[in-house]
Formats: sequence, C-alpha cells, structure tokens
Amino acid sequence: MKIGLYVNDRFLEWEVRADEYLLESLRTHHFTSVKKGCDTTACGVCTVLQEGEPIASCGLLTFMAEGKHITTVEGIRDEAEKLAHFFGEEGADQCGFCNPGLALAVYALKMESQKKQQQPSLDEIKTYLIGNLCRCSGYVAQHKAILKYLEVQL
Amino acid sequence: MKVVQKSLGSIDGVGLMLGTPAYTDDLADPSSLVLKVLRSPHAFAKILEIDTTKAEAITGVACVLTYKDFKRISYTRAGQGYPEPSPHDKFVLDKVVRYVGDEVAVVAAVDEKTAIEALGAIDVTYEVMTPVLDFEQAYEHPSIIHDEPEAHEMFPIGFEPKKNVAAAYHMEIGDVDKVLESCDVVIEDTYYTQAQAHAMMEPHTVNTRIDFQGRIVLYSSTQTPVHVRRIISQGLDIPISKIRVIKPRVGGGYGGKQCVHGELLAVACTLKTKKPCQLVYSRKEVFESTYTRHAMRLKIRLGADLSGHLKAIDCQVLSDTGAYGEHALTVFMIVGAKVLPLYNRVDAVRFGGQVVYTNHVSAGAFRGYGAIQGNFAIESAMDQLAKKLNIDPTVLREMNMIKPGETSPIFEKMGEGTEGTPMTIESCELAMCIKRGKELIGWDEKFHKVQTGKVRRGVGMAIAMQGSGIANIDMASATLKLNDDGFFNLLVGATDIGQGSDTVLAQIAAETLGITLDKVIVYSSDTDITPFDTGAYASSTTYVSGNAVIKAAVKMREAIDEARHLFADGASMTLSELSNKITYNEHQQQLMVTASYVGEQSPPPYMAGFAEVEVDTETGEVKVLNYVAVVDCGVAINPHLARTQVEGGLVQGIGMALYEDVHYSDKGQLTSNELMYYYIPTRQEIHQLNVELVKSYETTGPYGAKSVGEIGIDTPPAAIANAIAHATGARIHTLPMTSERVYQHLQGE
Repeated sequence: MKIGLYVNDRFLEWEVRADEYLLESLRTHHFTSVKKGCDTTACGVCTVLQEGEPIASCGLLTFMAEGKHITTVEGIRDEAEKLAHFFGEEGADQCGFCNPGLALAVYALKMESQKKQQQPSLDEIKTYLIGNLCRCSGYVAQHKAILKYLEVQL
Repeated sequence: MKVVQKSLGSIDGVGLMLGTPAYTDDLADPSSLVLKVLRSPHAFAKILEIDTTKAEAITGVACVLTYKDFKRISYTRAGQGYPEPSPHDKFVLDKVVRYVGDEVAVVAAVDEKTAIEALGAIDVTYEVMTPVLDFEQAYEHPSIIHDEPEAHEMFPIGFEPKKNVAAAYHMEIGDVDKVLESCDVVIEDTYYTQAQAHAMMEPHTVNTRIDFQGRIVLYSSTQTPVHVRRIISQGLDIPISKIRVIKPRVGGGYGGKQCVHGELLAVACTLKTKKPCQLVYSRKEVFESTYTRHAMRLKIRLGADLSGHLKAIDCQVLSDTGAYGEHALTVFMIVGAKVLPLYNRVDAVRFGGQVVYTNHVSAGAFRGYGAIQGNFAIESAMDQLAKKLNIDPTVLREMNMIKPGETSPIFEKMGEGTEGTPMTIESCELAMCIKRGKELIGWDEKFHKVQTGKVRRGVGMAIAMQGSGIANIDMASATLKLNDDGFFNLLVGATDIGQGSDTVLAQIAAETLGITLDKVIVYSSDTDITPFDTGAYASSTTYVSGNAVIKAAVKMREAIDEARHLFADGASMTLSELSNKITYNEHQQQLMVTASYVGEQSPPPYMAGFAEVEVDTETGEVKVLNYVAVVDCGVAINPHLARTQVEGGLVQGIGMALYEDVHYSDKGQLTSNELMYYYIPTRQEIHQLNVELVKSYETTGPYGAKSVGEIGIDTPPAAIANAIAHATGARIHTLPMTSERVYQHLQGE
C-alpha cells in the first residue's frame, strides 16, 4: 500500500506492506539513526517522535502513521548536538546506540517543560525516560548531562 | 600532562548522538540478501532428516544451507589467542542440536518476510534425546552432549566430553584440610550465581560481501575482529588472506561479542550466492542463541583464628558452560586467579572443580569473567566470618588483604590457560579505597545502628581485584603515520566497543607526541589495515594497547627528529612545515612507524564497594539507596570515561545482584528471553552512585595506568548481600536476590 507521512517536516510517500512497522520503513528509507534493539517496545532505541510525543517505532504499524509528523534525530540536529556536548563533558558518551532515541525523548521533555514553564526534577526525568534503556553508562552521567541541557535550555 | 588525565569528550560522541551511520547494520550493502536462521525447538536432539526443497522453491529464496553443505571441521567460537584454551566442539551446522535455539539451517532471501516464510518450509525430523538441564546432574549423565569424535582440546584443559566435562582444574598450596582443622573458626557455605545475560542495546549483527578483488569483506559487531577472521578461515577452510573483517561502531559487548556469532553462516551464504548478505539477530536470538555468563555453584570454606587472621581458603566450583565450551576453562580459572590473591597471606589455599556441558544456552565471556562469581562467594563468606568473630567487616579485610610490595603464589600458579605469571604488586591502594569508602558511605555510624521496624537499612561491603590484560600471551600494536600539514593517523587493532578506547589511545598518542588531540585521527579494528591486537577483553586495551601506542609515538618522535636533521633550518620548522616539505619537496619520505607490546605483568586494579540498602521486610524488596565505589585503576587517562566505566559496571553488577533472573522451562526453553521478561536496571532502580578514583601510579602502565573495564562489576553482588544480611539478618546465597527470594528467606528466619 502507498502511504504519505511527514518525516522531519518533509512529506514522503512510501510503498509499504500492511504488516510493516515504522522502524523497518524508516531504516529502509535511510533513516539509519533509528535503531533496532528489541522487538517488544522495551528498550527505546527505536524512539521517534510522533506529533512531538516519544513512541517506539517498532511498535507502530507504518500505515497508522499516515499523515502524521514523525521526527527522527536528523530533524533535531542542533539540539542533539548541544546534548552531545553535555554528554561529552560528563563522560556519558559510551557506545552511543541508545543516544539518538534518548536525544529525541529528552528533546520532547524539554518541549513539554517549556510549555509548563517548569524545570523537571531528577525523578521526573527518570520517569519520563524510563523507556530509554542504557546498558553501558549506568545512567548517572547521562542524568548529569541531561540536567545541564535542560537547565540551559529552559 | 596536557592531554592525558583530561576528561575530554569521546571523539565519536557527537557523531553517534546525531545518528550518523556507523554501526554494522547501517553499513550493510543495500542490495544485501536477508539471512534468517532456523533454530532448534529441542534442547537435545538428532536431526534424522532435513528437507529444504520446498523452502528453496519459494520465489526470492537465494539459498538454504544445512549441515550437508559444510565440511565437517571442529573449531571453537571463542575469541581468544591461538591455540585457544577452549575446546574445539562446534561445527558451523551439525546433525545434532544441543540447546533450544541452536542453529539448524540458514536461509538467504530477498527480504525478511520471504526468509521467515522459507524457515517455515524447511522440514526437519528430529529424534529428541533427554536433555541435561541441571548442571549439578551433568557429570556422567547418560546423555552425552559432545560424543562427536572430532571434538578436541588444543592443549590439556581437563576435557572429558564423555563425562560432559568441558574443562577441569585443581590446585593446592599448603595443606588446606590440615590447616582448617587447626583453625578456631571455620565458615563453610555454598553459593549460586546465575547465567546473566549481557543485554547490550545493539543485537549481534554481521554483513558480508565479495569485493572487487574477490575477497570476502565483513562488517561485524564484534570485540575480536582478528580472532573472527581466523575462525572463519578455520571453520570454512578458506585462506585467512581472502578475508577482511571490519569492526565499525559497536553498541555494547561486555564480553557477549567475544565469540563468533553469525559470521560463518553469513560468509557461507555470500560464497554460495555470490551476493552481499546481512544477518541481524532479533532480541530473542540474542538471549537464546548467543552467550551468557557461566552459572556457577561455589563451595567455600574459610578458616581463621579468633583475632581474625585468615589461615586457609578452600574454593570448589562447578561451572555450567552450556551447550558449547567457549571460555569454559578461562572463566573458571579467573574465579580463583582474580579473587584468591586478595588474601595472599593464608597458610593454605585450594581451588578446583569442573566446567560441565549442559543443554542450556552456551555460556561465554562476560565482564568480570569469573571474578564476579568468585567475589560473591568469597566476600559473602568473609562477612559471615566477620559476624562470627564479631569483627568489623572492613577491619577483617584490612587485616588480611594484599599490600603493595607483596605477592601471592596464586599469580604464578594460576593464569588464564593453566599457568600464570609471578608478580610483585607495585601499586595497590586498597587501604585507601576502604578508608575513603567508609567515609563516603558513613560506615562507622551506619554499621553500628540497630534496625527495627518493617523497613530496615543496612550497609555491606566487598573488595575486589581484576587484571590488566593477559601477560605473556596477548599482543597489541599501533601504527602512526605523519601526514602533510602535521597531523597523524593512529592505526590500532584495539577494539572500541563503546568504552572509548579510540579516544583514550588518541590521548596517549597526543601526549607522547606533544600535540593536541585534534591532530590524531584514529582508525581501528580493520584486519586489512590496522596492526594486530587481540581485541577488547581482559581489561587490556588501556594497558596493553596503550603501551604499544606509547612505543610507536616514541619511535615517531625519533623519526621526526631524524627528518629535522636533514634540513638546515629543521629545528625551527613547525611540524606542519616539516611534514609538507618531506611529503612534496625535499628529502621526500613517508614517516610511518609501528610498535608492538606484550605485557609482562597483569597489574590488578582494585576497588572497595560499599552498598547501603533499604529492605522492606513485608515484601522482600531491596533498594540500593547508595553505592560507593572507590577504585584504584592507576592513573586514569580520561577520568570521566574511567568513572563511567565503573558506573556502568556497578549497574550491571546491581542487576546481577537483584534483578536479572534467568528462567528455563522444564523442556529447556529459555523463557526469560525478551527485555520484557529479563529485567536489566532501568533509571528508576539506580539512586545514588558515588565513584571515586584514588591517586595511584603503576610504573609498567602507560602514564601510570592499569585498567578499569571490568573492576566496576565485581563487588555489588557481595556488598549487597552483606548489606541485606546486616539489615535483616538474612544471608542470601543465590543470585539474583529478588524480592521473592528475600521475602522467602525472611519468612524462614
């Protein structure tokens, strides 16, 4: 079936199978920043934003994203780069596989916090990002970096 | 120091956050056939018949391979130096399947859907045999898992496959039984550790192609590209020169990628179809069909006098290596070799046991590599001894632990392939680690607090050691090339799997050359281009590969000095001017040097780990409120990256201690085979981690460094078990210490 959707504000038309998931479609169409880590929406490395909200792209059938606005990390390049610099400062940069999905979730949190005009606490950050697993860093350095990023940006 | 000891961001940090194509699956040839593996539904069975005709007839299927398509060559999948200390007990595909998830056939098709359809069209008739699912019943079990005549050891490792023994070892110094008899106090107990899963975020992945020179080129998510190349050559009987293995960015390994995974199947499909192929494991396959930690049973006896002087240690181990024997002997040896030397002044010490085959998922390398299992058992027993003697656990350690300038007979007796290397400890800051750790956790106040009520807090601690590379066995090398404009290419075989070795080695090179980091461009782990390195394991990269980088950089400095002398104004030229001149104008030459290093020692990093826990006695839930880790890793080349290595290790250790439960069905199917069922710590499980690196210097290490890759994982199981015992009186012997286990224990008390 042919479907049209927006990826990083560009309208794209893709030929997809009815049983194809968004993760596969994105990677087939060269959005290799979106990673495959599990098949059960448990790990978060496939996170993209749908209308600004973090979702697991391995759990969304592509045809259900028809007409929607999808954001991958390529669409938030400047913000992701800022976050990366804070990661570098805190030694949070490890294998990097969870980073693009995490960057999108952190960006979504930033947008939400800006709307609420409220700095999230560490606990709120942990809750918001609970679906973005990391096995390398132990989380602590990531949280230090994320707090810095959110603090400067708000 | 201008570059070393600076917490510089990783050279790839920004690029990876931006999602730049860099991992194996990002680099597959776009026209690749998709591979899927047919896997055994039985834990132990013979393949009586396998018919692939229907599968091959499906449109879009390029090939289907079974055991009939391979030469019958026995090898090991373990990524280790050759000849490997692991038994050669694996065929690419076999007529016998030895665990649920074992490989039966491989399909190459135009897309994933077709490949999966083809899997369903392969007809297999199995003769199901009785599996060995209890490692305590494996020895001399009527089901012999490896009775194929081709299986063999490369040198004596105690390999007795007819008894289901993959490896065995025994050693005794002094007379343990005699000394124990004379001890005032003896602690005797048994501990069990589970087959922890690595659960790295990037599943095992490989893709292959034939290049324009007719050579097989692979991108593989691996920790050991050179070993992979050699094993492909052996297993498929192809000259090594025909194979190129490139390791790109890797999304985590921790030992789980220190073995061959899908490479031989992918290469075989490419050879058959002449087309590029890609094989990406599902998460289920990563759990079921790659590797785990070795599950173990450890029987410990400790004997001491009333003042707390440890007199004898007896450590008897049974290790479950699963269906194949990768890393069987070596992980087992490290249980003793990297724990027993902590208490070097005993009168007698004994270590021994067996590594048995079972029809479980194959066990292999995993950070800690036996040291964490041994640490859990011995550091738990030490605390039990402290309690019996009414001595503060930290004081008991301080009285008995190894000190700088001392040695242990274990170093000489036990290595990683039976014999070891004698070593006098130069740098050891354990005393400072304990002192500082106590301060940070508030030990004196908290240890003496009496707890009542249904929610109780406790503190517990453990000390640990590891190694820095494998002495006299593993070689590393580095090449430096001077370009015009005065910048360098640093080519290393060393394998960055996310720990940041590219960055750390570049820092070492820049420091030695007296330049800034941006003038060192690193390229690593490509068997055609980079010089030899065994790979990322044994905490070797900073110490062994780092020393090779220093040697190369010193050579390069000498070469540059020589080149300067060719010019009248050579001394006053900038490096950029000199390099341009010798590249294009005068006395033209390419300055390029290579140096190699083999460690003569494996100087241990040390640490003291302190856990403060909160136990809800009504539910058994354990929260780790704070974990303090004080680490002696020698000089930290990049302090923040070193600290994060410890933090990452701590969280994996906390996972092994409390959450990561492994379940099998009674038919041998791993049921904890998705991240939904296997609980690695999430952000909410981790409260406070407090890591400090103490000041330390190891003269044999690059700029005083030792290692830091594994040490962080070793203490949490024991420290947390000790804290739970302190809080509630319940001594848990089995990992993980889930809330159910803790609750049941508390009910029984």
